[in-house]
Amino acid sequence: MCGPKIKISEANYLKIKEICASFNNNPGELINVLHKTQEHFGYLPEEVQQVVADCLGIPVGKVYGVVSFYSFFTMKPKGKYAISVCLGTACYVKGAEKILDALKSELKISEGGVTDDGKFSLDVLRCVGACGLAPVMTINGKTYGRLVPEQVKSILAEYAD
Amino acid sequence: MDTIKLTIDNRAVEVPKGTTILKAAEQMGIKIPTLCNFELEGLALKNHPGGCRICVVEVAGRRNLAPACITECMQDMVVKTNSPRAINARKTVLELMLSDHPNDCLQCPKNGKCELQSLAADMGIREIPYKGEQSEYPIELSPSIVRDANKCIMCRRCESVCHEYQSVGAIGAVERGFPAVVAPAFGKNLIETNCVFCGQCIAVCPVGALSEVDHTGKVLRDIANPDVKTAVQVAPAVRVALGEEFGMPAGSIVTGKIAAALKAIGFDYVFDTDWSADLTIMEEGTEAIGRFKAFLSGDKNVKIPIMTSCCPAWVNFYEKFYPELREYPSTAKSPQGMFGATVKTYFADKIGIPREKLISVSVMPCVAKKYECEREELGANGNPDVDYSITTRELARLIKMCNIDFNNLPEAKFDSPLGESTGAAVIFGVTGGVMEAALRTAAEILTGQTLPKVDFEEVRGLEGVREATIPIPGVIDLKVAVVYGLKNARMIMEQIKAGNCPYHFVEVMACPGGCIDGAGQPFHHGDASIIRARHAAIYKADRDMPLRKSHENPEIISIYKEFYGEPGSEKAHHLLHTHYFDKKKQFDLEK
Repeated sequence: MCGPKIKISEANYLKIKEICASFNNNPGELINVLHKTQEHFGYLPEEVQQVVADCLGIPVGKVYGVVSFYSFFTMKPKGKYAISVCLGTACYVKGAEKILDALKSELKISEGGVTDDGKFSLDVLRCVGACGLAPVMTINGKTYGRLVPEQVKSILAEYAD
Repeated sequence: MDTIKLTIDNRAVEVPKGTTILKAAEQMGIKIPTLCNFELEGLALKNHPGGCRICVVEVAGRRNLAPACITECMQDMVVKTNSPRAINARKTVLELMLSDHPNDCLQCPKNGKCELQSLAADMGIREIPYKGEQSEYPIELSPSIVRDANKCIMCRRCESVCHEYQSVGAIGAVERGFPAVVAPAFGKNLIETNCVFCGQCIAVCPVGALSEVDHTGKVLRDIANPDVKTAVQVAPAVRVALGEEFGMPAGSIVTGKIAAALKAIGFDYVFDTDWSADLTIMEEGTEAIGRFKAFLSGDKNVKIPIMTSCCPAWVNFYEKFYPELREYPSTAKSPQGMFGATVKTYFADKIGIPREKLISVSVMPCVAKKYECEREELGANGNPDVDYSITTRELARLIKMCNIDFNNLPEAKFDSPLGESTGAAVIFGVTGGVMEAALRTAAEILTGQTLPKVDFEEVRGLEGVREATIPIPGVIDLKVAVVYGLKNARMIMEQIKAGNCPYHFVEVMACPGGCIDGAGQPFHHGDASIIRARHAAIYKADRDMPLRKSHENPEIISIYKEFYGEPGSEKAHHLLHTHYFDKKKQFDLEK
């Protein structure tokens, strides 16, 4: 009889240890550690959270509590092109929801989802600080402003590869 | 000390600086309702998140209402705890909570003992004006604990006890907003987490979100089955708590009534875990003496300190968190385990039935014992030594179901040959008790002299960590530590790891004050005086016993003569000792 075995590649394991060590394995730095870790892996699956918990010497429940609390953190891998639609107040009153609906029907996924081919993922966020351009969305960090739903199709076509 | 003068409900009061409005009101006999706020005073158990807002009061000059549990009194403050505004806000908060709470009080395990239910009654809730989304979580079963997250009101008492008091962290708040709930990580079952099944989450839960796995149905079924015989054992701490379930004052000792009630329920053989607590002392004491002697003769490999191993949550803790140190705790089984192993071998043979036809049941103050029953190594050929364990609360329900007038029940005695016990056994129910019982026997064996006094006051008390030096004349000045709460146990384990643990002998119990506040005991609702009364009752039960030392128990002397040979014999090792596993999470690294 032995404890639960958590599978993870050695390279990933060492990378997480390195990130945690760069914050002196300080449990108070949990959020910063998770930011860095998600930046590296693109998402925070269970095994990654288990290693973070181990390095920082805290229960994995604490890590999961933070990951599940903040919408910025995700346990699902993002698509190759990560779309974020701003639903902040300014964007919202300027019709951001219609942009979101257009994206949903075009990509056939809902918020938080990833297309079957792994190409696009769709998320919403609150304010990117470009209210003058409302409504706004970003794709892999590139900002698209003053959107109307009809533009969605052509913008996605830019990422045809 | 700086004091502060203020007015609460038109009455002047003076309190030390730093006192909360809640505490100040309490001193004046004003009971402001609370829900998330919880404290077992003097026993290191508390939760003050200021989150539920049930305790809001009106403070003159303050724009919003103040939560009394976390708002400190200020000079000349004028507080109204019962203004229409405060009562209205309190009611609204409660109605909102109830709008996402299942209305199934009649089937709820907490029916009649629920703090939310009594609050709704006190507040005169007659309708819930808010209709909205309802949580729909599956009910989760584990060997010991039932988790019904639909009933969770996010007071987070369980989280505090699991993280801060036990340093386990199996459950915590997850998600945000409406879906927020206290749960294990990744939606897992408790059995897949580091949960040690101490059940203190159940003990502090104000509602029915956490409860024990109920085996009362199994008991009734097995008692009615003509093809089997039933034997029951009762743990020490049950006898100082069960009376509370029948309206008796805390600390009532009801040993004789329990024996009578179990016979009335229909158990064929009514025995006592106190008997096997005495047996535990013989085995654990012998093992301890062996280790001390090896240590004194300069053996560098001997594991010192020896640690107790009676508490099943503690066993789970070192298997899951410190498997590398699992040779420190004694190999002796718990009293429940020793009883089970003896009843299914020696006693089954004596009455001439196979072990499968003898159902062994235990009544425990504990829910971790339910998990212990399911351990494969504590049985033979797939047949468990203890078929199942019920809590003190479950026994109370059985007594009520069976129409037994407990309060007027004439006392009875436990059956022989596994029913006789000493004062050393009954103190197993409190923190420090196992240590004291072991000292009574070990000191006499090591010195060959009769102890002038059997009371080791040095190891008694209700502080979470206690240490003492016990001189064993001519042998050793024994450095001992007694701890409860797994956070304190963790501290000792870290000392051992670092090579600077100063003790020879350490006792660990997971629950506050030991088994007297086990998670299977009647609910105390944060009233520490109940725990203190049980604590005093255990020592009274000890004083009242004609025999006070385990090795003087005539039924222990005879079981060794008849069956086990001597403490630590091959047979004793086979039946009364166990081994521990490495259950720590491990990373399986792929190249």
